[in-house]
Amino acid sequence: METSMWRALLYLVGLLAFAGVNAAWLGWCERKGAARIQRRIGPCEAGFAGLLQPLADGLKLMSKQLLVPQGVDGIIFRVAPVLAMIPAITSLAVIPFSENIGARAMELSLLLLFALASIGMIAILLGGWASGNKYAIISAARSVSQNLAYEIPMLLTVITVVMISGSMNLREIALDQQGGFWHWNIFRLEHGHFLTMWISFIIFFICSVAETNRAPFDMAEAESELVAGFMTEYSSMGFGLFMMGEYLNIVVGACLTATLFLGGWDCPFGLTPGIWWFLLKIYVLIFTFIWIRWTYPRTQIYRLLNLSWKILIPFSMANLLVTAALIKVF
Amino acid sequence: MSGYWSDIVTGGKSLVTGLAITAREFFRPVVTEQYPWEVPTMTPLFRGHIELIGNEETGEPNCVVCGMCQRACPSVCISLDGKKNEGGKGKVLTRYILDFTKCSLCGSCVESCNFNALRFSREYNLASFDKNDFIMDLMQRLEDQNRCKR
Repeated sequence: METSMWRALLYLVGLLAFAGVNAAWLGWCERKGAARIQRRIGPCEAGFAGLLQPLADGLKLMSKQLLVPQGVDGIIFRVAPVLAMIPAITSLAVIPFSENIGARAMELSLLLLFALASIGMIAILLGGWASGNKYAIISAARSVSQNLAYEIPMLLTVITVVMISGSMNLREIALDQQGGFWHWNIFRLEHGHFLTMWISFIIFFICSVAETNRAPFDMAEAESELVAGFMTEYSSMGFGLFMMGEYLNIVVGACLTATLFLGGWDCPFGLTPGIWWFLLKIYVLIFTFIWIRWTYPRTQIYRLLNLSWKILIPFSMANLLVTAALIKVF
Repeated sequence: MSGYWSDIVTGGKSLVTGLAITAREFFRPVVTEQYPWEVPTMTPLFRGHIELIGNEETGEPNCVVCGMCQRACPSVCISLDGKKNEGGKGKVLTRYILDFTKCSLCGSCVESCNFNALRFSREYNLASFDKNDFIMDLMQRLEDQNRCKR
């Protein structure tokens, strides 16, 4: 891989475009999906099937006043939405979209992704704290305790994948799973990994739903209790950036799930692997995110923490041990 | 530990059931009616404001000005007038005003009418900024309907 200026520029523009398009139109997908599940039509006025709705929403948000209320911590208040967006975009840089498409195949890309995810959490904490609003602060505290609780089982399940692939490089993890769905980590035949990895997959998926603060784990912006949580005091594009950051986090979560468990860009039948398979997988996963959101009601904070500490963490621990034993024994 | 495993199993099962339900709803047809473009058809028992029934041939109101509807109305929204039928017997209707602002759609007028002269309309587009729009001249309405028929 040559590292020329043009390549960097191309990836920069490409990834920003990918991020922007996804952040805008996933909102449309979500509204359409929600509408279908509730047997409504959803946005349908702006453009064909409401496809121009995100542009209209963006224009509306941008034309509004960016209000900074009295008594907020000005700098942090302004920095937080940006901080919510940037890690999500940066994460895309290490995602391998296909064998040849991927901005940077870093050795520790997996670690980098989790580090960036934690920064996203700090953005929520800062936004909530700087608002000086009681709802926002409660939301920030909840969000931190939730993310702490769910990062543990998430990392434990990721370790199983790392043990199997022997690498923390996402590209190598994906390369390790090429050649049909029986090589994918979730169904992997060798060493009998299919016995435990589907549990890993489920735990990982639940955790990524929780990490992205999506319903049923959207304690951070529980609108029935906390108005809009950490976003209460944000208006205009400050709010817009938080929303886009949320959708980008979903994209990154789906990319990560697809790469770690579903073979990345691999075709299930061993034919024509390529970026289209990767995109298909991530959009199926994103649809599942939307599907889950409009199926389940919001949980309570203590139930959420119970789920993590009492069920997911013990299970992922046991899973880790069994996976290690399987690698050792067979 | 009691209930730990059964919680996981039953909980997991109920989660899957929930997903199955929403997945099924996802593929069923939408029930939304896009109102200004799609006009709903009213059910036979829908109660709009009352209207006069015209004679099928002449289009003249069936009303014989007995005044039963006026008397039956608990909210006093109906006022009507008639005059002697020249060259025939009985009376003919000259004025029938419904004050819909007071009407509660109880239907006593329709029930009390013995001459098949009153019914509920299917009118549901009833919104206005002006109160006077709801003081309705039902004779006028019948005439308009007759003109549409012709």
